[in-house]
Amino acid sequence: MKILVSAKRVSDPNARLNISRDGKWIEGDVEYILNPFCENAIECALQLAEAHDGTETVAVGIGDDETARFIRQGALARGVDRGILVEADEAVIDSDVIARIYQGLCERERPDILLLGKQAIDGDSNQVGQLVAEYLGWPQATFASKVEIQGDEVIVQREVDGGLETIALTMPCVITADLRLNEPRYASLAGIMKAKKKPLDELEMDDLDLDSTDPKVRVVAMSTPAGRKAGVMVKTVDELVHKLKTEARVV
Amino acid sequence: MSKILVLAEHDKGTVKKLTLNTLLFARQLAQKTGGSVDIAVLGHGVGPVAEALRGFGAGTIHVADHADLAYPLAGPYAKVLADLAKSTGAKVVAATASSLGKDVLPRVAARLGAGMASDVVALVDTKEGTAYRRPVWAGSLLADVVIDSPVHVVSVRSSAFDAAEAVGGASPVQAFAAQPDLAKARVRFVKFDGVQSTRPDLAEASVVVAGGRGLKPEKGGFGVIEPLADLLGGAIGASRAAVDDGYCPNDYQIGQTGKVVAPQLYFAIAISGAVQHLAGMKNSKVIVAINTREDEPIFKVADYGLVADAFVAVPELVEKLKAIKS
Repeated sequence: MKILVSAKRVSDPNARLNISRDGKWIEGDVEYILNPFCENAIECALQLAEAHDGTETVAVGIGDDETARFIRQGALARGVDRGILVEADEAVIDSDVIARIYQGLCERERPDILLLGKQAIDGDSNQVGQLVAEYLGWPQATFASKVEIQGDEVIVQREVDGGLETIALTMPCVITADLRLNEPRYASLAGIMKAKKKPLDELEMDDLDLDSTDPKVRVVAMSTPAGRKAGVMVKTVDELVHKLKTEARVV
Repeated sequence: MSKILVLAEHDKGTVKKLTLNTLLFARQLAQKTGGSVDIAVLGHGVGPVAEALRGFGAGTIHVADHADLAYPLAGPYAKVLADLAKSTGAKVVAATASSLGKDVLPRVAARLGAGMASDVVALVDTKEGTAYRRPVWAGSLLADVVIDSPVHVVSVRSSAFDAAEAVGGASPVQAFAAQPDLAKARVRFVKFDGVQSTRPDLAEASVVVAGGRGLKPEKGGFGVIEPLADLLGGAIGASRAAVDDGYCPNDYQIGQTGKVVAPQLYFAIAISGAVQHLAGMKNSKVIVAINTREDEPIFKVADYGLVADAFVAVPELVEKLKAIKS
């Protein structure tokens, strides 16, 4: 079995974000982390590989040279077998182009499972897994909280509104990871040393023979949402009840 | 005249309220573009759903009734919705950014060659026409995006739009010959384990009482906030930390990657207020925070803050609210 898994870097949500001078993205000293949902996807890939002998795991990053570091440290050091970096300017590509890149990679690598994070915590679009599933004509299970292989089917429990849904997919398929899928492991020192020698191929978008590389969605302006006005601190429950009744008039 | 096609969500034959918020978004967009709004109802045995929507001013309600659509699996649903969009010439396909909308809409976009804007909270006029405003980085920033493809796909954040009101009249209902091709989709529904609750739906409630990691089970856990929710007819929510620690079901999670709510009254009980949580509730009308630590970030967004132990303050609050209500 072969599993292709995403290793996307995102800017740290706890760092300060500055809107760029052209008003269309962010700039400045941005700190990066591995997208938390990709960490869950990577952990899931490793657990499936451990449970099923002969499974190859391949981590994919899309971006610049810096992204290679996240593939090595975030995926290869944890145990993923090899990596692929697809060079692209993240500021100008949209979810659709990213999905096209994954489509090209899947046609080239022919994985049984494409495992992605359910969303990236920078753009928050939550589209790529579903788009690439449609482009490939594969079944999908988004927001996975449990993944199990039974025969030639993958049984996936999904976190959906109102409860938990279980569906069965025939491989090849796309799965997107939710946070409660697993607890991502830390890379061991031995893992970090080994990762330095693992293969990491670098590709250009042109190498993938993509159907389309034009973004369909463009940011025309960015803004900061209006903040809430600071409220008041109350000293007692009585005072709180009084304010809710007479000032806010919500009880 | 551009046509907007809105996917209606339903449960056990009843229209989900969130669909009405998405309808209001569609009405606003139709006003700007001079278009009209159609509604799509997909499922099996969904006649009553279409009937219930006839008073909302839609041009046509399209009903795709098929046994293979009995459960909303993304592949077959997306195929039928995209086929319907093509056959009606819809220029915009919109649905609520619910777990169903998020699952299905990107596949619709792929089928239509359309660009998609996720989680749209407003329409804004720009030099390049009407842009869709959407939160990014957990709502720390707002991005106004334009879609360059002829067809647009939009998921709508329902908390950002009021529910559309009925306008009277009776929209025509038209059957659509759905071809879900479930057999080719290589996916099978196994089961659904629903959270049983008599409380209102979290995303629809006008009062939300949310608990955090401070509500330790050994002290009484979420049991301490239930009487408050019940007294006010509210729903119960939670921070991710509380869900991760198993204090309550997954479905309760409010935040960047959980549900986004904007009730009239929001109680954050023993919640610290990480940016990811604030992303899911900071547009609530009135926010009350109760926490033992006065330096927690939740107090920066709260209208009323009380530094107190929840296990003491919440029962007292319930008693005093009961007293003023009686």
